[in-house]
Amino acid sequence: MTGQAALTPQGSAPATEPRTAAPTDWRSDAMRRRIARRYAAERRFKVLGLAAVLLSAGFLAFLLVTMVGNGARGFTRTQIALPIDFQRSAMLIDPALLKGDTAEQALAGANLPAVIDTAADKAFGEGGARMISPAAQAAVRKAILADPAILNGTATITVPASEGVDLAAKGDGSAADETAVARLKQAGALSTGLNLRFLTASDGTDPTLVGIWGALKGSLLTMAVTLALSFPVGVFAALYLEEYAPRNRWTDLIEVSINNLAAVPSIIFGLLGLAIFLNLMHMPRSAPLVGGLTLALMTMPVIVISGRNAIKAVPPSIRDAALGIGASPVQVVFHHVLPLALPGILTGTIIGMARALGETAPLLMIGMRAFVASPPHGVMDPASVLPVQIFLWSDEVGRGFIEKTSAAIIVLLAFLLTMNSIAIYLRNKFEKKW
Amino acid sequence: MSGTMTLFVVVALGVIGWLVARGRATRMQAEAGRLATNSLPSQHGWYVALWTALPALIFLAIWANVTPALVLDSVLQAPAAQALPADGFTRSAILGEARAIASGAQAAAFNPQSMTLVEPFRAATLHYGGMGALLAVILAFAGGAYALSRVRPAFTARRRVERLVMWTLLGASLIAIITTAGIVGSLLFESLRFFSLVNPLDFLLGLKWSPQSAALGYGNEDAFGAVPLFWGTIFIGAIIAMIVAIPLGLMSAVYLTQYARPQVRKWMKPTLEVLAGVPTVVYGYFAALTVAPALRAFASAVGIPGASSESALAAGLVMGVMIIPFVSSMADDSIAAVPQAMRDGSLAMGATTSETIRKVLIPAALPGVVGGVLLAVSRAIGETMIVVMAAGLAANLTLNPFASVTTVTTQMVQLLTGDQEFDSAKTLAAFALGLVLFVVTLLLNIVALRVVKKYREAYE
Repeated sequence: MTGQAALTPQGSAPATEPRTAAPTDWRSDAMRRRIARRYAAERRFKVLGLAAVLLSAGFLAFLLVTMVGNGARGFTRTQIALPIDFQRSAMLIDPALLKGDTAEQALAGANLPAVIDTAADKAFGEGGARMISPAAQAAVRKAILADPAILNGTATITVPASEGVDLAAKGDGSAADETAVARLKQAGALSTGLNLRFLTASDGTDPTLVGIWGALKGSLLTMAVTLALSFPVGVFAALYLEEYAPRNRWTDLIEVSINNLAAVPSIIFGLLGLAIFLNLMHMPRSAPLVGGLTLALMTMPVIVISGRNAIKAVPPSIRDAALGIGASPVQVVFHHVLPLALPGILTGTIIGMARALGETAPLLMIGMRAFVASPPHGVMDPASVLPVQIFLWSDEVGRGFIEKTSAAIIVLLAFLLTMNSIAIYLRNKFEKKW
Repeated sequence: MSGTMTLFVVVALGVIGWLVARGRATRMQAEAGRLATNSLPSQHGWYVALWTALPALIFLAIWANVTPALVLDSVLQAPAAQALPADGFTRSAILGEARAIASGAQAAAFNPQSMTLVEPFRAATLHYGGMGALLAVILAFAGGAYALSRVRPAFTARRRVERLVMWTLLGASLIAIITTAGIVGSLLFESLRFFSLVNPLDFLLGLKWSPQSAALGYGNEDAFGAVPLFWGTIFIGAIIAMIVAIPLGLMSAVYLTQYARPQVRKWMKPTLEVLAGVPTVVYGYFAALTVAPALRAFASAVGIPGASSESALAAGLVMGVMIIPFVSSMADDSIAAVPQAMRDGSLAMGATTSETIRKVLIPAALPGVVGGVLLAVSRAIGETMIVVMAAGLAANLTLNPFASVTTVTTQMVQLLTGDQEFDSAKTLAAFALGLVLFVVTLLLNIVALRVVKKYREAYE
């Protein structure tokens, strides 16, 4: 084929007789139609590509908007100004006991729930007690402790509303609750406030009672265990494989294992944790220690792989220079290679930790799905973690849990976003092009 | 002395050893001259510090594992223990309670008999704890003294410390092998126990999955046929999710690499990557709360029978969205690996960009894309939370995407989170399912990596 023939755009022209074919008439209708068709196809293809990108981004936007839309309400709560006539209530309390250590005990025996219920019934008519959340006790207790003098008369205390009233006030309740809200509004008792309890309390049975602090603390403890185990082991393994390992069958076996572990489904790590840590070693169920161990095994390969890439990126000239002035192989690595590779290793570690923070399935396997109503004090205490808490709340039937679940998701996503932003910042700030 | 305190003392002794040895080596170096000494002062310091702390720490770790048995033994020798009931369960309950009170974890006893044992427990714990602490400190001093006596100009402290560092590094990398062995071992061991109860062929080829009936005592026949689970997994993970992820992922990659301006690419690529970073429990909640009800409403509006609020389609769609960035980045890599000359040649022949992509780039990149899709499938079938929350529990063999199906991972969670004894066929079945999942994902990964590797070699 000559060069001229190759340039002939007409595909049907026989290549063996280039000179006998008539030159293409670009202005003919057939050719124009053909070119128009090809350009249209080009545009269609481009639009299709753009549509794919926009659709994918649209899914993400839809997901986030749904979560934020549902969850933002989880951070606020509806409050009711409840007038309580302590003087005439059935409260059995000795004001003398309200000072010092005996106060909590005295209030615990003071029959507060009945006092609140009667006060609510009196203030808002029949069914008033059902408008008040069980969390009201805590508010009333706090008010009394702050100022015991209110026991001598009538005090108006702002207490959280019940699940139904809360939902109705946010425009999502049943008809009965709507009328209750209308009644409360008429009385001027309704207000909206920040739901601090959501950030400070643990799991509970009523949506107005629950909080994420317990799960958050469990997550932090679990992550601490994971980091303490997987970071040193991962970095050491990466250093060994990249800098010292001789090329032999053992090294190959180690490499194959690490690459495999990185691809093993997370639930399998849960089975491993169940079989080894719980059944063989009899560690406590649902403890952050076991969760952290399991997640550390899962995170370690991620750190090894990213660590190896970061170590590989350190140019050999640095090693040669250090060796040349008499450093030992260990000094070369720990004084020169590791500090230079550290930003890359940290980036990989943070990304691995972010993945571990969002992981649920392996933790379900090791029994981390119990109802835990108080935050854990140590790594051996039963605890919940954020993603498992989300899973548990998503199973609850109470409609008030929807906004709590979404609010917990917002908190989880905020943590992940922060971690990933730090990773990106580290990468941009310290990444060196050699 | 409590355990933490001992630990602290041992580490402090190590630090002191480091300082003393370094000081001594510095003086020695000043006397002997820099060239006559083998190692730097700080290396001598490390040698002594390691000799001081390591043996004592290893001893403490062993001691902590041995002590509970020793304490229990001495408590049982106590006169109060003679009154313990012979019945194993109450016996261990009383002992456990006494131990909890002695350690301060519990304030009061449920069983009065426990109170009599608290004192022996406390005494024995103190006795053995003190003994361990004393031994650890003696060991630390002995090790430190031995190492300090070896600080000489010609002593090769550096080489010895570095040898330990190398062994530590090797040990760290062996953990990967140990983990793999642990996974394979535990899966195989529990699966073999399961297969001693249930015929493997019944398990792999049976069409009926109802472990509940086995748990209720109807026998293990016909209860553990896993084919509906395999079908559900493939239906959701390999069919529906891929129908969503392959076109969207591939087209996104093509658009972002071939058409988009650098600015757009710079922003859109990380945005799509976020899809892979969202935790799966969030996807699961999204699927269950938003997607599944919408799909059911759609199905009943159109009149599709068997529409369930937990549908294969909801789980598969959302899983597909999750996989998009995965497919997209694999496609990105393989398209970028196609030699520039092929692209230039096609464009020079007068082909439009889309013709070049469709007829040159994608066919050339196809093995890489296929490898990426296989990896994506392996990730999708191992995915748990989305299917647990959105796919349902009914083991149906159905082609209707609006019906409820169940998957391997869903059933594993279901089997293991109930309250049954560990040795029943029901819980062991979860390990057998895990083994199947492990083997299948492993094979998919091996095949995918081999395809990708072969294809890379073709252009290098």
